[in-house]
Amino acid sequence: MADNPNPDLDLPEAPAPAAKPKKKGVKRRIFLIGSALIVGGGVFGVWWTDSSAKAKAKALTVGEGEHGFLTWMKIADDDTVTVFSPHIDFGQGSHTALGQMLADELDAAWDKVKVEQAPADLAFANAALAKGFLPSMVGEMVAGLLPDAIIGMMARSMPIQITGGSSAIRFTGEVGMRKTGAAVRMALIDEAADRLGVPASELTTADSVVTHAKTGKSLRYGELAAGAAARSLSSDPVLKTRDQWKLIGKPVVRRDIPAKVDGSAVYGIDFTLPDMRVATIAGAPVRGGKLESVDAAPALAVNGVEKVVKLDDAVIVIAKGYWQAQKGLAALSPKFTDGGHGGMSSPAIYAAQAKLIAGGKPDNEAGDGDVEAAFGASGAKVVEAEYRVPFLHHAMMEPFALTGHFKDGTLHLWGGLQDPLSTRTRAAKAAGLDVDNVIFNPMIMGGGFGRRFPDIVEIIDQVALLAKQVPYPVKLIWSREEDVRRGTYRPQSSAGLKAAIKDGTITGLRMDYAQSGNAEGEVPFIYNIPATSRRHFAYQSNQIDGPWRSVNATQIGFYTESFMDELAAAAGEDPYQFRRKHLAPGSRHIAVLDMVAKRSGWGTPLPEGVGRGIAIVESFGTIVAEVVEAGMKEDGSPDVLKAWAVVDCGTTVNPLNAEAQIAGGLIMGLSSAIGEQVTLDKGAVVESNFADYPILKLAEAPTQIDVHFIESGAKTGGIGEPGLPPASPALANALAAASGKRIRNLPLLAQAKA
Amino acid sequence: MAIAFSVNGKPVSVEADADTPLLWVLRDDLGMTGTKFGCGIAACGACSVHIDGAVTRSCSVPVSDIAGKAVTTIEGLKGADGVLHKVQAAWIDAQVPQCGYCQSGQIMAAVALIERVGTPSDAQIDEAMTNICRCGTYPRIRKAILAATGAAAQTGEA
Repeated sequence: MADNPNPDLDLPEAPAPAAKPKKKGVKRRIFLIGSALIVGGGVFGVWWTDSSAKAKAKALTVGEGEHGFLTWMKIADDDTVTVFSPHIDFGQGSHTALGQMLADELDAAWDKVKVEQAPADLAFANAALAKGFLPSMVGEMVAGLLPDAIIGMMARSMPIQITGGSSAIRFTGEVGMRKTGAAVRMALIDEAADRLGVPASELTTADSVVTHAKTGKSLRYGELAAGAAARSLSSDPVLKTRDQWKLIGKPVVRRDIPAKVDGSAVYGIDFTLPDMRVATIAGAPVRGGKLESVDAAPALAVNGVEKVVKLDDAVIVIAKGYWQAQKGLAALSPKFTDGGHGGMSSPAIYAAQAKLIAGGKPDNEAGDGDVEAAFGASGAKVVEAEYRVPFLHHAMMEPFALTGHFKDGTLHLWGGLQDPLSTRTRAAKAAGLDVDNVIFNPMIMGGGFGRRFPDIVEIIDQVALLAKQVPYPVKLIWSREEDVRRGTYRPQSSAGLKAAIKDGTITGLRMDYAQSGNAEGEVPFIYNIPATSRRHFAYQSNQIDGPWRSVNATQIGFYTESFMDELAAAAGEDPYQFRRKHLAPGSRHIAVLDMVAKRSGWGTPLPEGVGRGIAIVESFGTIVAEVVEAGMKEDGSPDVLKAWAVVDCGTTVNPLNAEAQIAGGLIMGLSSAIGEQVTLDKGAVVESNFADYPILKLAEAPTQIDVHFIESGAKTGGIGEPGLPPASPALANALAAASGKRIRNLPLLAQAKA
Repeated sequence: MAIAFSVNGKPVSVEADADTPLLWVLRDDLGMTGTKFGCGIAACGACSVHIDGAVTRSCSVPVSDIAGKAVTTIEGLKGADGVLHKVQAAWIDAQVPQCGYCQSGQIMAAVALIERVGTPSDAQIDEAMTNICRCGTYPRIRKAILAATGAAAQTGEA
């Protein structure tokens, strides 16, 4: 796939995939994370064309006795292969999986492969990620026509080093790592062929050695690396077929785990420097409010407190340690304005959303056919239901912590954020510095779930401003209360669904939903229904929306999959069979649904008071169906007994990690459905800590979670997020089956006790 | 004021305000960061340590309360020879941690449970393991506890 010599082509409309007919009115997906417009394509080769990026990368990462290939890997004389991941690994295991993908194609010995975080430098901007997202926006054909160099330039100008969208494996891995490994392997073979004076076709590779079977001669990768690194690499290497994989698809253990069981792993909050101070902060309780006034004296009277710093919308106390800073902050009585948002409340938001939907003027509409005709057809049974879901908080276990030191005109930062490159950009802007004068050192993160995208991370600005005011290094730590109250939440959202059923079949279905963002194009509608309509009504509160693990698929999945059960009930049919007959025969969706029904013993008798619920949601290119078995405790809280998940993500790169991601996502989905909600009152967040924002605990999680993967070989999908969306509707459906009571508003506990 | 106690078998004396939580003495004064800050109100358990053998949430214990007592942290679980505690080894075998931030506390809670009851039942695990894990590693935590005590996992991930 060479560069397209003529970028000024009249680009044709991309053809729709055969399996799923294109819905009329569906807007092309614009994937926005903050200000970074992410685009990409199905081509490869930017690293081949950009010599300055390669030179910079080598200067940053390649030392004596080491030989760099592109910006993504190096081989040392002693055979050690180091892979540079542009993604952050906060426990999802992507570093291991990306290493597996590259090492498999390279035929490298796994015990000689290291995976390291790529430096936060533009030379490491992730063009593979850019390419991955492009087809979903402009179509495969258009993406394929874009010149490689342009995509690389886009990646570096945006810049992209994001971890999110369940993208590491399906884009960076498939596009970047595998092809890099394969191309370098070819270069090593060519180098060996010249050295041994034999045809390249007679050489084989395994365990980091090139072997010539006829003569019994062999050369180690470390011996060949210098010569191979000087060769030009193929931009379109042949990849292994599934039957040739030795590492991909294998349960390789993670390298980061030993340091996480003995306390030696150093997270952002653990970082320390000589002479460092610790600070903590209180932001305006009402999002959009400003700091009006604060008397610093009470804080300065606290032992260990050194300084009080006022920001536009927050007050910071700097002290010897966190406890003194916290005590100092507690002694203050800062006055904040409410920014005109004092009337904002959760009930007011639901009321405004209901009014918007009732007004019938959507901001975006998608679908097929004439739903009104279906609703009005004679003999049609019309079913309607309304659903509501609250703001959700990420609740990463490590509260925000970032260390800054402004020294000799350069701002140095240490901490854990999802996109090292845009962290630098944001810090530079806040500090009024050139981006070259900001150095960011990425560290291990204690969870993220979408909260650590720099575009929604205020602590970057706060530390940038703070560090410029003090001569010493300072670590700013957010309290849990600050974390909960100044969150960037999954938006509060309302929906009204309406459908017509005729002869046991859905003839028309409309989903109206009101929330900040349009979910169209993000969550595929998977059922075959003659007339469908999905209408988005834009509503913006005073809160900042954050991408919360699996993003819009959480609430859209809850709406559609709860409603499918209500329709099955209205039709007098089994929820599994009812879904089944509305899915395309022979589809991956049917296979996933059938497998979860089989594994969960769907239809077999259950004890009194226990119900089974099923749900299927496709998100991030992966199809997941889940079954939950649950009953109600005496206090009205749900008792989740068992859960099953069946997943088709095409290929499972590392089954051990993938299982952990799906089970973890399922548990997070249950947690949110059962107890989590961020409530607004007078514009401010009511909840403050885990006492009133309850996270599911071990005893409340199902004791059995059965996770099964279907290796369909379809295009690789994401794994970090898709396990979550089916959990909440599967639980609500199980409880409806157990008790006859349909829960349409989340969280369940709030409704059960209402 | 100077407060003397022991950490992982070694005597220490710290100059700290009497109300300073043990957590911050460990982290800021002694530089032992394996014990984590999660909530500050003893709700999440990320800061769990052993005080005279009992699992305790160190964010809510004033350092003045532990004068003369023996504190064990995650850094002190390994044997003198550097060999991992059987619970730590089970954690690696079961590939429990994801982000890993809560796992010091989870392991300290699990060790205390096993030291107290030997081979815990599922119900005892439910009762004792109240630490929050946002990544949702609970099935593997249960599996690792059962494995560490020689009990085959009856439940957990299939």
